[in-house]
Amino acid sequence: MIEVIPEPMGDIETVKAKDSAERNNNRIPERGSAVKIQVRDFSFFYGDHQALRNINLEIKRNQLFTIMGPSGSGKTTFLRAINRLGDLIPNTRHKGSIRIDGVDVYDSGIDITELRRNAGMVFALPVPLPMSIFDNVAYGLRMQGTRNRKKLEEIVEKALQDAILWDEVKDRLSDNASRLSGGQLQRLSIARVLALEPEIILLDEPTSGLDPISTFKIEELLWKLIDRYTVIMVTHNPLQAARIDSDTAFFLTGEVVETGSAYDIFTRPKDKRTEDYVSGKFG
Amino acid sequence: MRRSETLVQWSLALVALFAIAALALIIIFIFKEGSPIIARLGIVEFIMGTKWSPSRGTFGILPMILGSFWVTLSALVIGVPIGLASAIFLAEMAPSGTSRILKFAIQLLAGIPSVVFGFIGLVILVPLIRQWLGGPGFSVLAAGIVLGIMILPTIVSVCYDVFKAVPQAYREGMIALGATRWQTIRMVVLPAARPGIIAAIILGMGRAVGETMAVIMVAGNATKIPVSLLEPVRTLTSNIALEMGYAVGEHREALFATGIVLFIIIAILNTLARVVARVEKV
Amino acid sequence: MTDRRITLLFAGITSLTLLTLVFIIGYVMINGLPGLTLEFLIESPREMGRAGGVLPAIVGTVLLTAIALIIAAPVGILTAVYLTEYTRDSWLPRIVRFGTESLAGIPSIIFGLFGFLFFVIYLDLGWSILSGALTLSVMILPTIVRTSEEAIRAVPDAYREVSFALGSTRWQTVTTVVLPSAKPGIATGIMLAMGRAIGETAAVIFTAGSSLRLPRSLLDPTRTLPVHFYILAREGISLENAYRTASVLILLILAINIAAYTIMDRLAKKEG
Repeated sequence: MIEVIPEPMGDIETVKAKDSAERNNNRIPERGSAVKIQVRDFSFFYGDHQALRNINLEIKRNQLFTIMGPSGSGKTTFLRAINRLGDLIPNTRHKGSIRIDGVDVYDSGIDITELRRNAGMVFALPVPLPMSIFDNVAYGLRMQGTRNRKKLEEIVEKALQDAILWDEVKDRLSDNASRLSGGQLQRLSIARVLALEPEIILLDEPTSGLDPISTFKIEELLWKLIDRYTVIMVTHNPLQAARIDSDTAFFLTGEVVETGSAYDIFTRPKDKRTEDYVSGKFG
Repeated sequence: MRRSETLVQWSLALVALFAIAALALIIIFIFKEGSPIIARLGIVEFIMGTKWSPSRGTFGILPMILGSFWVTLSALVIGVPIGLASAIFLAEMAPSGTSRILKFAIQLLAGIPSVVFGFIGLVILVPLIRQWLGGPGFSVLAAGIVLGIMILPTIVSVCYDVFKAVPQAYREGMIALGATRWQTIRMVVLPAARPGIIAAIILGMGRAVGETMAVIMVAGNATKIPVSLLEPVRTLTSNIALEMGYAVGEHREALFATGIVLFIIIAILNTLARVVARVEKV
Repeated sequence: MTDRRITLLFAGITSLTLLTLVFIIGYVMINGLPGLTLEFLIESPREMGRAGGVLPAIVGTVLLTAIALIIAAPVGILTAVYLTEYTRDSWLPRIVRFGTESLAGIPSIIFGLFGFLFFVIYLDLGWSILSGALTLSVMILPTIVRTSEEAIRAVPDAYREVSFALGSTRWQTVTTVVLPSAKPGIATGIMLAMGRAIGETAAVIFTAGSSLRLPRSLLDPTRTLPVHFYILAREGISLENAYRTASVLILLILAINIAAYTIMDRLAKKEG
């Protein structure tokens, strides 16, 4: 049994308690009723090495879903299978299906660039594209074909506001993005994705390189996002998973060991391996 | 979306094939022009023939092959020790800032056109040799020295890269045993770098064999087999360049045939260099 | 021998290498710079080059090099893009790479022979700027491919990942992220190729000819600076003018090399 260690910051506790209570009261009752992503017997291979084994998961619409597990457990591979970023690596293949709104992402008729815009990804190490802040956020839009300057400006501003970065950068949008700090860069990465108005946001260990304050800011941001998006977050830190307190899946060596609400997984783990992981015996 | 990407891929592939198309054309045209005469004379006659006399219809290129050989050998004797030593100094001994500047300076040497080297050889080296060592001055030695200087940048930069590629762990092992820097270099770095050094030498050889203008200006261009370093000599490359301007008919074909021989020699050297560098990679 | 003495020995040998460089450049410049007047640069040669200037040679050099680069740079860069971004280890890229590496090893006289046979005679372009430029472009292609490839490979993969994740196609990624990042490295490569083209003699003599007249069209023959210099020196026409021509040539090449390495250095500093 693990004790969820409260943050030594008064504000967070209050916010967390508030959110928790609201969630438990089913603040938005309709939320979480439709299934957005359905994963059926999904396996993934790098050459001969099998990285994912028969994954079965259901992720509901407008839900924050956490995937946790030690390094090498296949969490990142799984995330990248959703937006088919894994296709970039040569010699890979898969079995089974990942369906978004009923359509298999590996379907031959799928437009991959459209898929990736719809399931935007934020990486562990925030990487600014070598261009200005504005151009970074507008990048996906431009690739999509949007040229109208005014439209771009509108969307960029909105995205930066949604990512809680606007106030900090609104006066220096033409500055090179590499001038931003780590936490700002990560919020920039989120803005980049939001600008494309995806339905799903995939975050691969988004706070692993950040300081505690930036981490908190981003975790807070995630809960705001589920109003409009389905958010899937990968973390290797069980404490973070506990803190986030969402529906969680525990991955180990390419398999889903257990799924459930964070509360259930941490206080009443059904599988011994889960119990070992959450009590810190490994990982 | 997917269709335009395939289009891009195939267009790029087409562009990329330019290089191989050019190579094919070069081989086709030169071989087409030069092989008839080799077929007529017989390859042995051509390569082993000791007389090159176009006016009489005699086309033996042995003197030129030997000329190229001796000139290249001299160039290596001069260029390799100096180049190797410089590379050792730059890679293992000099502080990195100095090393970078010096490397740049040596690369500058590579940028000087070959005709300038030939000219300096003509104006300074040839009279010097004539005065102090005898002979006409235009000689194997002159060409060897000029070429030796010209291949220095090649030797230095390839050897430098090879030294830099030797894992630091090797050196650390020696230093932990109390070895001096030179001992470390001699006993660990040099042996580890040996295949790369050999490759560098072969590449330098290739460059020397292929050099034309500088050699013409200092080697004397006599079509006899050289018996001493001080005698004038003609190389395969100079043979082509000197007579191409006015050669017709069979004479011209013979020059292209010389080109074929040159091409094959260099192809062998380049392949050898690549094989050596790869084979001994532990 | 003590370590210190050995180091000094090697330092000495290295300075020998550099002294040679300094000596060569210095000797030519000392003899050539004094007479390097503006007239020399803008006048045409008289009496086969014994008097007058080198304008046609300068024009010839510039035109030949520029056209060679206009052809070789796009082909070279796109080839490098193909080799780095568009291939898995199949047979096609291996052939392409074999092609470029082989071309790199071919001596200039062979290029001269080829250019003569193919452009001058077979394509009936005659001794002309066009023949010379086409020949040079094939000669410098491997240099551009190699340096461009290096520059493109140096672009961090993270950039590509982010770009793809935002819904761009490979070509979009290449043109909007990879190539702009690789620009300094590619520019350096082009400049190095430029330097090589400018100094080339053997390949040029047999394709562009050695006419002393100012060329009026791309199909006119022309002389380049190194060719002019070679003829002046070897035919013993004018030692003075030879020195002057060589000085112009060396100054040009020095300028290009310094520019190329400044760019490369600035690039290294930015990354580091």
